[in-house]
Amino acid sequence: MSVTLSIIFLFIIVLGIFLSLIRMLLGPTPSDRAVAVDTITTTIVALFVLLALIFDRYIYLDISLVYSLLAFVGLVAIARFMEKGI
Amino acid sequence: MEIFGAVITLIGSIFLLLGGLGILRMPDVYNRMQTGTKATTLGSILFLIGISIGHYECGCLGKIAIIILFIIFTNPISSNTLARAAHFAGIKLTSRSVKDDLKEDDLENKGEEK
Repeated sequence: MSVTLSIIFLFIIVLGIFLSLIRMLLGPTPSDRAVAVDTITTTIVALFVLLALIFDRYIYLDISLVYSLLAFVGLVAIARFMEKGI
Repeated sequence: MEIFGAVITLIGSIFLLLGGLGILRMPDVYNRMQTGTKATTLGSILFLIGISIGHYECGCLGKIAIIILFIIFTNPISSNTLARAAHFAGIKLTSRSVKDDLKEDDLENKGEEK
């Protein structure tokens, strides 16, 4: 897969991240912001895999796995906090 | 082979873009949750499968398969937890919504307790 094609995919994905980021800044309630952060993290995992294959640095695959795990744990903690308080 | 992988990757990236667009445009927390988790899950799975088809010579397909399995397992759990938290935090539905099953279940349980 050529580098030009990979850069086109990267721009499409980054546009999606920016649309979610606008909602995260505007969002009227904290739940909106949490949902926007969930979308952004799932998109960034795909973005890290793309960057790993563009730059031939396969350590980014491990980074994306650990990033998705930490984002999952953090979002579950935020959701429990919004439901019941500390 | 690379063209096939590129087409699947393009479909996946368009799904990711539509997930972000739905996050911005939908009227409600729960509708945003629909687009933000379902479209993003399908889009990232298609994206990773297409990338691993396009770069099949790199020898990193096992890690990408682990990432796909992790996304499949954790994304519905986090969306369910966020929706439940939003419901019990008292966030209203939009005015065009039709039915709220969880609220009806709560009312029935309170009636049984009395």
